Amino acid sequence: MHLSGEIGVWIAALLTLGIFSFLYKDNPAYKLCEHLFVGVSAGYYVVLTYYSVVKPNLLDPLFLGVKGHHDLLLVIPLLLGVLLFSRFFPKGDWLSRWSIALILGVYPALRITGFGQGDFVEQIHGTILPLWVPHDPATTIGNWILIVGLLTTLIFFFFSKEHKGALGGTARVGVYFLMVSFGASYGYTVMARISLLIGRVMFLLHDWLGVLHL
Amino acid sequence: MSFSLSSLRRLDRRWIFLTVGLLVVVPLVTGFHIAPVLPGSRAKGFYDAVEHVPPGSTVLLAGDYDPGTIAENYPMHLAAVRHLMSRNIKIIAVELYPGGPPLADRVFHIAGEEFHKRERIDYVNLGFKSGNEVVMSQMGSSIPVTFPADRSGVPVGQIPVMKGIENFGQIALLVSISAGYPGTKEWVQQVVSRYHLPMVAGVTAVSAPEYYPYLQAGQLQGLLGGMAGAAEYEVLVGHPALATRGMDAQSLAHIFIAFMILLGNLAALPQRSSAGRK
Repeated sequence: MHLSGEIGVWIAALLTLGIFSFLYKDNPAYKLCEHLFVGVSAGYYVVLTYYSVVKPNLLDPLFLGVKGHHDLLLVIPLLLGVLLFSRFFPKGDWLSRWSIALILGVYPALRITGFGQGDFVEQIHGTILPLWVPHDPATTIGNWILIVGLLTTLIFFFFSKEHKGALGGTARVGVYFLMVSFGASYGYTVMARISLLIGRVMFLLHDWLGVLHL
Repeated sequence: MSFSLSSLRRLDRRWIFLTVGLLVVVPLVTGFHIAPVLPGSRAKGFYDAVEHVPPGSTVLLAGDYDPGTIAENYPMHLAAVRHLMSRNIKIIAVELYPGGPPLADRVFHIAGEEFHKRERIDYVNLGFKSGNEVVMSQMGSSIPVTFPADRSGVPVGQIPVMKGIENFGQIALLVSISAGYPGTKEWVQQVVSRYHLPMVAGVTAVSAPEYYPYLQAGQLQGLLGGMAGAAEYEVLVGHPALATRGMDAQSLAHIFIAFMILLGNLAALPQRSSAGRK
């Protein structure tokens, strides 16, 4: 056993134990850790954003210039950014709508085109598969399962007609595929949560207490 | 039997927490070993994609995670950098999570010393930039305009590894280590689909099922899902480390949870049967 001599490791270890104490029951130590996390995260984000975005991408090229050239067009994003702070003043808060309108315009456009290219077209393309692959029964069966699963699941989400008869039977098959998908997602979720616990335990045993050698 | 099973429903869940905790701690301390880690096809796809990158090429490494998912993403991040450096591939790192840059620095510090690689000559960490998809889209036009300086404030014009890098046209492979949004999904949508850049991803287990369609459609060449994926990749790289060490604890906890799910359902059976009769 070799206890850490670093103050940072001790603070992190005590905060970890404080958060874990919630597993027993809610308590002031947990609340303290929770509030510290929120406050420190907010402060860190503000400082990081200033030094990694506002300064190098806006203030420096506008006021200091790059190779003697001042990018005056950056006055526009600067102005739009300042307008966002008008929300603090009830009489002038309507000014922030210009900036928000721009954000609302750009983001959906980027996301829609990204979804169209990355998901919609490519995923349809990905399901155009041969139903018979010579000398490869595993791929043939896999392709059949994928296509049957896709079609029956799509039919399950077709609500324009009551799910009865052939339509109802097909939709029911789709439900089974969905169940398998939910089960896989749940299994992965369990793995994720246990991994996080392992990570913290490794930190406590290795970095803090020094009883674990990696 | 029925009495004892139904009494399970009154079991204080803190006993379950304690058991899971012990099942995680004991294998780590004692070195208890269940089974070897065998790499699967998804991890092999990740490994092969890196192997196909010619030495001297430049790879973009997106470390989009923060300390919240360090247990899953950090081992795969470190293994990927070790693999890239062992093949003399240059690395340009960016992070779209505010908490990402210090973790990338740590990875480069460890792997850089192991492979005698120098900052800004063999690799560079351009750091964090807010804007999510906007950042990705702008990088397609110009990486130096999007990231005018590296994380320490050194202008990209003075960084040797950035010489000749304008946009994704000079990048051989995109490696995404992702914890969620913005991450792998957005890189696929904004970059792979538009610029047809080969891409591999290492993601958290909770988000992994979301990316299987991308793998199946060929938009991703390889995928590491959670700590298990990271462990498989560590084995392939020939450097078993954090993730491999945690897999036995992971397996024991999984067996216990599966057992509890089974037991819980058996305990609920009499109640369901009586509800059905009513």
